[in-house]
Amino acid sequence: MAGGAASGGSAASDTYAKARHWLLMPSWVVLGFFVFAPVCVMVIYSFLTKEFRGGVIWEPTLAAYDQFFFDRGLFGDSDPTLQWTYISIFWRSIWQAGLATILSLLIGFPTAYYIATRPAKTRALWVFLITIPYWVNLLIRTVSMKFLLRDEGPLNDFLLNIGLINDPLHIINTNLAVQLGLFYSYLPFMVLPIYASVERYNFTMSEAAADLYATKFTTLRRILLPAVKPGVIAGCILVFVPSLGAFLAPDLLGGAKNFMIGSLIEEQFKGNAGNWPFGAAASMILLSMVMIILLIFSSQQRRAGADQ
Amino acid sequence: MSAKTDVKTYAGFRLITILCVVILYAPLVVVTVYSFNASESITNWGGVSLRWYVDIFTGPESAKFQQAAINSFSIAIIAATLATGIATAAATAIVRGGKYRLRTPSLGLISLPIMVPEIVLAVATLIFFNSIGFTRGYMTILVAHTAFCIPFAYLPIQARMQGIEDTYEHAAMDLYATKAQAFRRILLPLMMPGIISGFLLAFIVSLDDFIITNFVKGAGIETLPTAIFGSVKQGLKPNIMAISTMLLGLSVVMVTISYFVSKSDNTK
Repeated sequence: MAGGAASGGSAASDTYAKARHWLLMPSWVVLGFFVFAPVCVMVIYSFLTKEFRGGVIWEPTLAAYDQFFFDRGLFGDSDPTLQWTYISIFWRSIWQAGLATILSLLIGFPTAYYIATRPAKTRALWVFLITIPYWVNLLIRTVSMKFLLRDEGPLNDFLLNIGLINDPLHIINTNLAVQLGLFYSYLPFMVLPIYASVERYNFTMSEAAADLYATKFTTLRRILLPAVKPGVIAGCILVFVPSLGAFLAPDLLGGAKNFMIGSLIEEQFKGNAGNWPFGAAASMILLSMVMIILLIFSSQQRRAGADQ
Repeated sequence: MSAKTDVKTYAGFRLITILCVVILYAPLVVVTVYSFNASESITNWGGVSLRWYVDIFTGPESAKFQQAAINSFSIAIIAATLATGIATAAATAIVRGGKYRLRTPSLGLISLPIMVPEIVLAVATLIFFNSIGFTRGYMTILVAHTAFCIPFAYLPIQARMQGIEDTYEHAAMDLYATKAQAFRRILLPLMMPGIISGFLLAFIVSLDDFIITNFVKGAGIETLPTAIFGSVKQGLKPNIMAISTMLLGLSVVMVTISYFVSKSDNTK
């Protein structure tokens, strides 16, 4: 995701150099017109005045951003104070996405490590096994999670039957359910980049550390982890970024109390009650956060590349 | 020898890996099993039966689901085909076009749909269609899907093309093939595994999309994910399990095909 297509390789073959602009034309037209232009129009919309039936009036204003950050009282004439409603929704999203990322790292790192240290043949099979669920429809996976975690669901049945619990666990409609849902949605994104960097790791370094009487834990922390750090960071970003703007997991698993950015944005465009400029402004704030994360990440990767 | 392999293994990592696979598959397995439940209720087990699969095709909601399936599949086929064509052309320009100034911006533009959060892209597309007065419906879904499928088709095609040395097409041109002939008769067949897996990934991505479709579809048209979502919002029902299982099976089959096609090496 982060810079996935941005490398393009270094091969400078130029067989089709003369036709290159014609060959690029379709992608420029389609992506320019239906991805780049819409994002630009969205930026403009976030500075327009809202129309009560869901559209906009073409009058520039900062009202949408103002509404996001400040509270000016019921009639809009009080002194502005910080408005916590929306900031706290963003804060909760960051928090939820962060916990889901940590959970994915705790499970994903050992998994990636274990797979990368298998013999070459079984390795491919393990990777395949981890990737399949990612390609299953996200909605279906989230619905499956809801089905599994329900109060009368198979998980509770199982735990009750083996006598581990006496009353069903209430997981659905809690923060935990959202974290589990996000974790489940994006876990393969954590495993694959870590797997790739552990696979490149030179294990003679660990052997050298062991020869010098380093304990296994010290070797893991001081030798292996620094070497595979780029993969770990990439995995964390690939889980955190989509979790931040997720809609399905909070909506289906979290219920009304566990609102996240995605639901806040979606609500502004539903039916006639929404506030389009406000929705566009909230999207802009989300997009800026993601772009900042990706920029920091890519500059770090470049620095790491320059070090080697 | 045993001391050497020992530095690699950490106690408990194997267990966590197994746990990881169990977590990934448990919800899917449970839904698959319960889709064969004969009982009306989703909680009690009433024996094995295919009644919910029959229900999808003949039950009260069958017309809705059939229309949604037709929309989903036709959009996925058209969008994936267009995206694959566009991506193949773009990959040729990027990998075989030499060095030029537009190369990096083009790559940036191609990766834009996967860098922008999906909900933001959905909002942007909705606002855009609205501002140019495009009525929301089948066409808006198709156009949006074509655009965001391009990077998914592009990645395997580019990866494949980078693995093919340009000596093949040069040999053809030394034998008086035109550039177009060298492309069609030499490069394209060699790229086929990449193109097929690009197409399949784009197809799955289009078929799976919920968020963008939900924003740009307008009233009165449903795809399978939006129909399923609408149904789930009113409560979990057994026929949803059956539909989910069928879609799940389809995804698994297509990814498996994509996996083996991309592994097959026809340059030797």
